[in-house]
Amino acid sequence: MAKVKSLSDLKKMREELQSKVNLREKSDHPEGMVQIKVAMATCGIASGAKETMDYIVNELDNRAIDAVVTQTGCMGYCYAEPTIEVTLPGEKPVIFGYVDDKKAKEIIEKYIQGGELVDGVIPVTYETIDEHNKE
Amino acid sequence: MAKYKNQVLVCAGTGCRASQSEDIVQNLVNAIKDNGIEGEVQVVRTGCFGFCEKGPVVKMVPDNTFYVHVSPVDAGELVSEHLVKGRKVERLLYVDPETHEKISDSKHMGFYKKQIRIALRNCGFINPENIDEYIARDGYQALGKALEMTPEEVIDEIKRSGLRGRGGGGFPTGLKWELTRKVKAEQKYVVCNADEGDPGAFMDRSILEGDPHTVLEAMAINGYCTGASKGLIYIRAEYPLAIERLKIAIDQAREYGLLGDDIFGTGFSFDIELRYGAGAFVCGEETALIHSMEGLRGEPTVKPPFPSESGYKGAPTNVNNVETYANLPVILLKGAGWFSSIGTEKSKGTKVFALAGKVNNVGLIEVPMGTTLREVIFDIGGGIKGGKKFKSVQTGGPSGGCLTEKHLDIPIDYDNLLASGSMMGSGGMIVMDEDDCMVSVAKFYLDFTVEESCGKCAPCRIGNKRLYEMLDTITQGKGTIEDLSKLRNLANVIKDTSLCGLGQTSPNPVLSTMDNFYDEYLAHVKDHKCPSGQCKALMSYIIKEDACVGCTLCARVCPVDAISGEKKMPHVIDQSICIKCGACFEKCKFDAIFIE
Repeated sequence: MAKVKSLSDLKKMREELQSKVNLREKSDHPEGMVQIKVAMATCGIASGAKETMDYIVNELDNRAIDAVVTQTGCMGYCYAEPTIEVTLPGEKPVIFGYVDDKKAKEIIEKYIQGGELVDGVIPVTYETIDEHNKE
Repeated sequence: MAKYKNQVLVCAGTGCRASQSEDIVQNLVNAIKDNGIEGEVQVVRTGCFGFCEKGPVVKMVPDNTFYVHVSPVDAGELVSEHLVKGRKVERLLYVDPETHEKISDSKHMGFYKKQIRIALRNCGFINPENIDEYIARDGYQALGKALEMTPEEVIDEIKRSGLRGRGGGGFPTGLKWELTRKVKAEQKYVVCNADEGDPGAFMDRSILEGDPHTVLEAMAINGYCTGASKGLIYIRAEYPLAIERLKIAIDQAREYGLLGDDIFGTGFSFDIELRYGAGAFVCGEETALIHSMEGLRGEPTVKPPFPSESGYKGAPTNVNNVETYANLPVILLKGAGWFSSIGTEKSKGTKVFALAGKVNNVGLIEVPMGTTLREVIFDIGGGIKGGKKFKSVQTGGPSGGCLTEKHLDIPIDYDNLLASGSMMGSGGMIVMDEDDCMVSVAKFYLDFTVEESCGKCAPCRIGNKRLYEMLDTITQGKGTIEDLSKLRNLANVIKDTSLCGLGQTSPNPVLSTMDNFYDEYLAHVKDHKCPSGQCKALMSYIIKEDACVGCTLCARVCPVDAISGEKKMPHVIDQSICIKCGACFEKCKFDAIFIE
């Protein structure tokens, strides 16, 4: 990757990257991709987020589901670790709490493959900066 | 792709569950079946909506209609009206307390504006090990913007934003930068204080683990403003994941040319290194932190000179906390006016809190300054675990104090917390319920300070030890009423005469619990009783003669053979042998053992 030589370089880069992050473009048909983020701060890892992530990656592979699994920081729901956020194509992100292997399997089978929600959804209870600005 | 047309989300958080949300789920499922729409509608149990006061809550998706105070008998109407006929059930809608209007969409409820994520904006959103994701979220734009301004303009913007140090003291950040800028020197340093030491606090760790680049970017901006070319992050070695992610972030930023020489082709050079601390609490104090980085003992020195004049290796040094840095890029991008529109008159923006203790929703939260403790504990935190009664909330860690019911409606900001006998601190917030003994709580924090005192000055080293001993005597039931006035006197002396912030604030837990819970202290020294039954020395397990059936179970589980009695005859506990482990109490099937 070339170095960033000026602010306009960075801005150009941001434009390119924005679409990439939005779609987590690792596939030729990003519209069909499922995105999963696993909260991997110390608290999450201590509660088994690593095992959950491994399980999800393997299980999606076994079922040949086209998905991108990434790690992220603390989502703030420490009481419900491990937490994951699942974004189905064209849908709003949904956060699930207490995701162990069993729960992960249920989420993959019922939510990702079947489109039905499963118990344990965590409602988002905060505003982002952009939402705040719209007020 | 969704298989179902509608989803009904029912809160299954502890609070709502206690008010029959499980019955609501069952009734909804049955009503849906009765109406023959089970193929179209799915009922889902969710985690806490954080709206426990209005619970049980039910939310309809996709139209986002939010129903409050739903009871199991309402299920039929919700299904036949809302789901079948598409009409809202008006009487169950939320009524705005100010406008008295009915609001159906949760997005318009004031309640959901309780948290705004500024410092935590990327935490749990981006992959912290990938700089591209940070750049896509406007990362390093603020640095670029700053470099197009003069340092004075940037400092002025920060001053106008009203940002104050998030490490606890609340010193105005812009002013701090200006002081460092004004000192003339060839070499200056920018330091990030990541020595988060309060028990139960994890705000800074979460930011470093979830969004390390924001700290790097803000430090570079700081370097540009103060005239420093070198940044140091002082982080405790017990945060290995944060260290690993910072290292990755620094490498990536260097590779992209966002750290190093000639950043953005402006001639400005800045680089960052890590310094590890061994986890001493006192090293969060900036002079002790600097000495620790220099390889000396982590002991504070008298200010002045302030680090802005003579800090790391005698050079002017600007020390800011992790969370302070995390706010900066947003301030520059959105403007000082935007930032200062959030918060109270003297405390702007938001504060991150690590909410812990006996609340239902333990977690990391970010609320605008001016939010009340009640909103934090009962709305966001979901109330007290197990439906117990709220007793106290401890803010500010070992330097802070315990606030009570009467403080719940005070808007949280630096000045209000200080005025009520606690302090903002770095943002630990520990909630206590009726089972907690406040004398023991004070003793717990004193134990911590005694352990962490660096030993340089006598009031802190010796005074705190004596304070601890007095508290210990009181919890043993051997204290006298004179001890209470001695306790208060000594606490005040330590406060007035200690060298650094650690000692000056260490008696706060004692003083604030004495102010707010004096009757508990009295009960310990006068009646030799612990009202919450926590002080082991002051309680005894007693067998009720008429309730005991003589099953011998208690005698068998007692580890010290303190219980005796014939089979099928009432047993007796020998108080001189009993170690108050509670094993008999837990095992008794006939509720024949009680605590006195």
